[in-house]
Amino acid sequence: MSAQTATKVETATAVPRILGERAPKVTARNVDIYYGEKHAIKSLSVDIPDRAVSAFIGPSGCGKSTFLRSINRMNDTIPSCRVTGDIKVDNKDIYARDLDVVHLRARVGMVFQKPNPFPKSIYENVAYGPRIHGTASGKADMDDIVERSLRRASLWDEVKDRLNSPGTGLSGGQQQRLCIARAIAVNPEVILMDEPCSALDPIATARIEELIDELKQNYCIVIVTHSMQQAARVSQLTAFFHLGILVEVGDTDDIFTKPKDKRTQDYITGRFG
Amino acid sequence: MTEIAATAAHSMSAAESAAARRLRKRYAAEWRFRAYGVAALIIAALFIVALLSDVVVKSVSAFTQTRVTLDVPVSAETIDPEGKRDPQTLLTADYTALLRDALREKFPTVTSRNDRRALNGLLSSGASEDLQKRVVADPALIGTTVKTTALLSDDADLFVKGRVTAIETEQGTGSATVSGMDGDVTIVSTNKDFADALASVKRSLASQASALLAEADRVADNARSTTGDEKTALDAKIAELRAQVAVLNARFAAAGAPESVDAEEPTTLVKINGGVVRATEISATEIKGTTMVPLTSADAAAAGTWKIETLAVPEASRRVSDQEAVFLSVLSDQGLIAKNFNWSFFSRGDSREPELAGVLGGLVGSLLTMFVTLVLSLPIGVLAAIYLEEFAPKNRWTEFVEVNINNLAAVPSIVFGLLGLAVFLNFFGMPRSAPIVGGLVIALMALPTIIIASRAAIRAVPPSIREAALGVGASHQQAVFHHVLPLAMPGIMTGTIIAMAHSLGETAPLIMIGMVAFVVDIPSGFTQAASVLPVQIFSWADLPEIAFQAKTAAAILVLLVFLFLMNAVAIVLRRRFERRW
Repeated sequence: MSAQTATKVETATAVPRILGERAPKVTARNVDIYYGEKHAIKSLSVDIPDRAVSAFIGPSGCGKSTFLRSINRMNDTIPSCRVTGDIKVDNKDIYARDLDVVHLRARVGMVFQKPNPFPKSIYENVAYGPRIHGTASGKADMDDIVERSLRRASLWDEVKDRLNSPGTGLSGGQQQRLCIARAIAVNPEVILMDEPCSALDPIATARIEELIDELKQNYCIVIVTHSMQQAARVSQLTAFFHLGILVEVGDTDDIFTKPKDKRTQDYITGRFG
Repeated sequence: MTEIAATAAHSMSAAESAAARRLRKRYAAEWRFRAYGVAALIIAALFIVALLSDVVVKSVSAFTQTRVTLDVPVSAETIDPEGKRDPQTLLTADYTALLRDALREKFPTVTSRNDRRALNGLLSSGASEDLQKRVVADPALIGTTVKTTALLSDDADLFVKGRVTAIETEQGTGSATVSGMDGDVTIVSTNKDFADALASVKRSLASQASALLAEADRVADNARSTTGDEKTALDAKIAELRAQVAVLNARFAAAGAPESVDAEEPTTLVKINGGVVRATEISATEIKGTTMVPLTSADAAAAGTWKIETLAVPEASRRVSDQEAVFLSVLSDQGLIAKNFNWSFFSRGDSREPELAGVLGGLVGSLLTMFVTLVLSLPIGVLAAIYLEEFAPKNRWTEFVEVNINNLAAVPSIVFGLLGLAVFLNFFGMPRSAPIVGGLVIALMALPTIIIASRAAIRAVPPSIREAALGVGASHQQAVFHHVLPLAMPGIMTGTIIAMAHSLGETAPLIMIGMVAFVVDIPSGFTQAASVLPVQIFSWADLPEIAFQAKTAAAILVLLVFLFLMNAVAIVLRRRFERRW
């Protein structure tokens, strides 16, 4: 059904194949985002498939992070930010009046550009989310959640002997995986990643990418990246943003091999950006 | 071509030398900057050292007290004439009389009223406290002789500590003969033993002469602008003064000539044959004088068995008379006077008698006031900061509040005192001089500092922490209280320490709300009349008794130590917070 509505959008005409295979998890229709007077996102509509990785690419300041942050309403923290249009997760409007934003953020987790573990122990970092949401019933259950989350973030083996040492003492790549574990621990459905590898070295980046690849079995993952190779490697759907406009969206293979728009082509071939 | 090469080489070397000059200049500038820094540090350190050492030196004598050891017969007649051993009777009995009697025993020859009064005046008005305590605790002591120590009065105390006058002691080197045992006596030494005493009297004459000369000059200045009778009178006075100066100078010039001694000149005492003679006339080998304590024999004293004491400050310029000085000197020679650590300085409240005054009242008052201040201003300040920084909508109203918080930090403290007087005392009718009101007023003053420091600390927490918390589904409030606040805590604590340190030294507003009152009792509650340390210092500094100078310095020292302790505790707490996070 989203396939039909998507035809209304002039910038993204064809329906990506991945959306034929997977139901859309997040749907955005005619979204406009403003920072005060600045029009950051212009009339954006896109469908994001479940249990797949979608990548947002584009030059700096094109609005891809802004849109990403509006999916779990992190933009609410910026007083001047205003969002119009519909963004739905599982067909529920997330900007609806009766929606609890805290509940939304538990379902739509986020990993940030710079690893930002809490200055607490590794265990406490992971356990914080389940604790405030009350999802663990007792110490044993919490231990279980922490172990499972760290295992999923493929960090367990490295930290299992020092769960009580501070999370900030880990290396950058480990910290980012800890942040992913922290996001997983609250059992989200969507994980938003805002340039998760931009502060990491290539080896740590490779591990995170591997991890993303594994996680897509269970989660809807949206990743913003400046690295086109990374987008090509990990994502199934790619959206190209330029100056607040969603220029082109399609299967990753298609975008990188036969882009329809000239701007997309210029960008991926490195002519600007 | 060679020319071109030469110019190139030349310009090259010019550029190089310019670069070298710039480099040298930069190094010089950096060196100067560092030198300024070091100089500033050294100057600051010198000032601190000067200040502290001055306070410490002045305060030393306040930390010791002098007591005289006495064997006191506790007579039942004086203490408990009815013999009922009623505790109330024992508590109110006249122990001072017992002490006075015991002290008089030491000087059996003292009979004149004045001398007795001088002797009684050596004892502090609180001297009997120890004896009273012991007898009340153990009534069996009544009828026995109790060995006790009695506190000396402030003047006697200062004299023993050498603060009233310097005392020079010389052993007699010749053998001395005395003309009698009591009354006016003449002491003749075979050596020139009294030459030093004579010299010091002559020096005193010279300084008296110069003081008179200055006085004459001053009068002459005044006389210049007068006419007629007034001028004649002044001229006569000048002539008289000049004549006195001439006489004094002549006496000074005649070195070795015998001198008569009165209260304007240094006192010379001769301790010989168990008695004390005060000189009224001195020559190099002979002293005429009056006996202050009768001699036990009129035999000639061998060299080394007698001594001469010179009190540098003349009797007229000191608060301890020669008679009192002799009493103290004799007691001291008998080994009955001892200095010990002045514990009561830390265990007593204020008093009008310097030797009885202590800082505990002010200390407890300060603690109570600080407690009220901390309990009020820390939570209110931190919560206000959190609200303003994290939750308040950014509009004109909050901006207005912010500006006014900053303004409040700059309001003079006396204004807060007036506010406290008008609002807390007059409007709400709270008790005067009470720590609760003092705490309230100071909390008002501490609030802006705490709010400003807390806001800065909260703002300094990286936004990524806030985002991380929000990202895992924490509410805004949870994010603030679980993550932002703990991280901001060290900064908040620093601000609070600064505010509390300021508050501890605050005097003016507390004077306004009556905490300057003379409070002897140690406050035991928030609503009782109390003073605080800085106010105590302020009122002590105002008192005329010389002994209070040392007490003031000692109280300053206590305040400083209190402050350092407070800061140390705060630093330890802050470290702990930082480590945990």
